[in-house]
Amino acid sequence: MKHKLIDIASVIRSKNSGPYELTFDIIFKDFETYQKVKQAHSINETNFAPLYKISNESIISLVYFDPAKAVKITIVRPLTSGALGETDVYGAQQHAPLMAMEIEF
Amino acid sequence: MEEIRILSPTAILGYGFPMESFTEGMKRKPHVIAVDAGSTDPGPYYLGVGKSFTDRNSVKRDLEIMIPAAIEAGIPVIIGTAGGSGGHPHVALTLDIVKEIAKEKSLSFKLAVIESELDKELIKQNLREGNIEPLFPAKQITESDVDESVRIVAQMGEEPFINALENGANVILAGRSYDPSVFSALAIKEGFDKGLAIHLGKILECAAIAALPGSGSDCMFGYLRKESFVLEPLSPLRKCTTLSVAAHTLYEKTNPYILPGPGGAINLHESKFTQISDNMVEVSGSKFVPTEQYFVKLEGVKKVGYRTISCAAVKDPVMISKIDSITQSVKERVINNFENYGIKDFFLDFKIYGKNGVMAMFDNLEEKVAHELLIIIEAVADTQEHADTICGFARSTMLHFGYEGRISTAGNLAFPFSPSDCKVGEVFEFNVYHLMKVEDPAGMFPVQYITFDKGN
Repeated sequence: MKHKLIDIASVIRSKNSGPYELTFDIIFKDFETYQKVKQAHSINETNFAPLYKISNESIISLVYFDPAKAVKITIVRPLTSGALGETDVYGAQQHAPLMAMEIEF
Repeated sequence: MEEIRILSPTAILGYGFPMESFTEGMKRKPHVIAVDAGSTDPGPYYLGVGKSFTDRNSVKRDLEIMIPAAIEAGIPVIIGTAGGSGGHPHVALTLDIVKEIAKEKSLSFKLAVIESELDKELIKQNLREGNIEPLFPAKQITESDVDESVRIVAQMGEEPFINALENGANVILAGRSYDPSVFSALAIKEGFDKGLAIHLGKILECAAIAALPGSGSDCMFGYLRKESFVLEPLSPLRKCTTLSVAAHTLYEKTNPYILPGPGGAINLHESKFTQISDNMVEVSGSKFVPTEQYFVKLEGVKKVGYRTISCAAVKDPVMISKIDSITQSVKERVINNFENYGIKDFFLDFKIYGKNGVMAMFDNLEEKVAHELLIIIEAVADTQEHADTICGFARSTMLHFGYEGRISTAGNLAFPFSPSDCKVGEVFEFNVYHLMKVEDPAGMFPVQYITFDKGN
């Protein structure tokens, strides 16, 4: 069955992890849903990368973190924080495509 | 010693805290008050220009509560990443505030000032000796990159703080510090488990952000014991829950299971988060795994020029439909106009809010266009004067640009301000984000002691 992330997550956010990385957190509403997503590996490199039109190699890590019932994805920042062309110095408003993401489990 | 109690008043020095929470914290008889004063989040400008992203009055307000309270209780105050970035001018401006408070309140105490800005020659020597490696995804640097840097700081671990505590410092004011160090130093000095002490520091450095509801301007209290630590928010409005604490462990990190820092990493694979009361959480199982060699992180920025911006809005639907070709034509006109005049080396950008402005750092994303747009015209050039010229010329060209199908022939832009252009000043970029191997973890961070006697 397909689920929209915005319906099953309580937190969807982005932020710099240092000036060279951008990191995304998805925290699920309940442990049951999280376990299903984790078992099906419903969020993975292959369906995350197209959301941002980036290559799989740009994904530094994609980790399921049980204590917070969360998935964390860290990518190479398209440009170093504050470099010429910057649009979001803190990286705190890059999460919107994830809200509409549909996953299957 | 069975327990170390740590008061973290605020997420960043200058972000403030309610007096009621601070008083609750002091009632619990902390062994140390510690605070992180900085971050790289606000970008490269502050390290480069030597100013703080926090306001002087806000910082003084927090310190003039913390320092007298700690002196009265006979406990140390530890401040890390002074002045927001921890370079020499940042430490100096915070030192100035501490001196002012000492005088105004006639305080007597011993201050340790620990610097973290490194001599470029020292870095170049280490580069030649192969002691410096990039922190992925930064690239390897050369000696000319080091020369180009305006300022390079190194992040200190807990060792310089422990030295200062052993030398009887009542207040420690330090340059760039690994965020948890100011919280973990006393505990590690007293022989508490390093993994737990640093993990506790990781959470305390953001104060009440790890509580529910979260806040960057409220206190958090930590109790470190032999086998675990406990977190307690000090406002009755907030609670720590296993989820709020575990979720905070994710915050601003690459991988929540492995958190690297000076000399090693903490490993959270075995960490357990337990709710022990309505508002308190206990954490156990976090381990410190040292690296074979001791590395410190370097941060440096280079200057790339001067910036001028102009903000303007567009409502006309015809103009909105052609905005990309219009900005492209304006850019070409600007280049063409000054080519022979001699202003050639500049960066001109149009940030178009309402048409994928926020996420323009990602290429080719699907765009939804709003019914009105905010355009920020940005020029960066080698001098402020040239940046003014390029921005001003782009603005006037765009204002009267005769695009195809134009109906509104009086002007294309709605300016919210007069003057329309704004000088932003110097522009910097990060160019050093590297690890440097060191023999002595405290060796490169010189300490100076100042004794105050009734404020003098």
